[in-house]
Amino acid sequence: MTSHETVAYENSFLVEGKTFENAGHVSRQVKTLLQKMKFPKEVVRRAAIVTYEAEINICSYAERGKIVLRVTPKQINIEATDEGQGIADIELAMKEGYSTATPKIVHMGFGAGMGLANIKRFSDEFHITSEVGKGTHLEIIIRA
Amino acid sequence: MKLREVKEILEAEVFVGHDQLDMEVKTAFGADLMSDVLAFAKAGSLLLTGLTNPQVVRTSDVLDIAAIIIVRGKRPLIETILLAEELKIPLLGTRYILFETAGRLYSHGIVGCVERVGEKRDFS
Repeated sequence: MTSHETVAYENSFLVEGKTFENAGHVSRQVKTLLQKMKFPKEVVRRAAIVTYEAEINICSYAERGKIVLRVTPKQINIEATDEGQGIADIELAMKEGYSTATPKIVHMGFGAGMGLANIKRFSDEFHITSEVGKGTHLEIIIRA
Repeated sequence: MKLREVKEILEAEVFVGHDQLDMEVKTAFGADLMSDVLAFAKAGSLLLTGLTNPQVVRTSDVLDIAAIIIVRGKRPLIETILLAEELKIPLLGTRYILFETAGRLYSHGIVGCVERVGEKRDFS
């Protein structure tokens, strides 16, 4: 994926789980960074959306997580890893409308079962792996 | 249409963005579910919503939403107002319900940022 490409910028951000207190902080930072790097507006927007969705997932379901941003001149790679409950059936979780959200998550305006499908919708490449009781790993690529 | 006209049509209160009322808006999206807003709303649109927490502002920031209109006479939380100020996103409130808010704006020429899901809106 990024193997032969020079990574021009790399940064990792910790995300606190089980709280919405700071939800959106990482995507805001990612957006500011990419704007400064002069990526096209639509590319920045897509990267911000997928980062935000990944962040909301960690805030909703995991104990804690980490989002790593890697930027090359040609693409933006966003990797989200969490320690959490994991996903038993990824195919089902990818379906729009399927959700395991608690009332707290719904109260915040999320948990409609759109998150993962949305990440896929706005990314050029999307890979997901998960282990129940351990956590979930997302790898997202957006081409500039 | 200028945001100032939107404010007048909706008899809205301006919580944030008194200095941004000359902004031009053409489209809107209405929902209480931020998940749906993230899936369907387009950049530069108004967001009509009944949700009042800071995630409304976070979601709008991520999507480059032009301005937020809180409907049904709800008042945004103080954290929501502070975040909108920080991110410079106009935040207005109207006593009209979502249906009335949308209808009044539509009758004045504001259209949905998406007409039907899965189709591109023809703005010609």
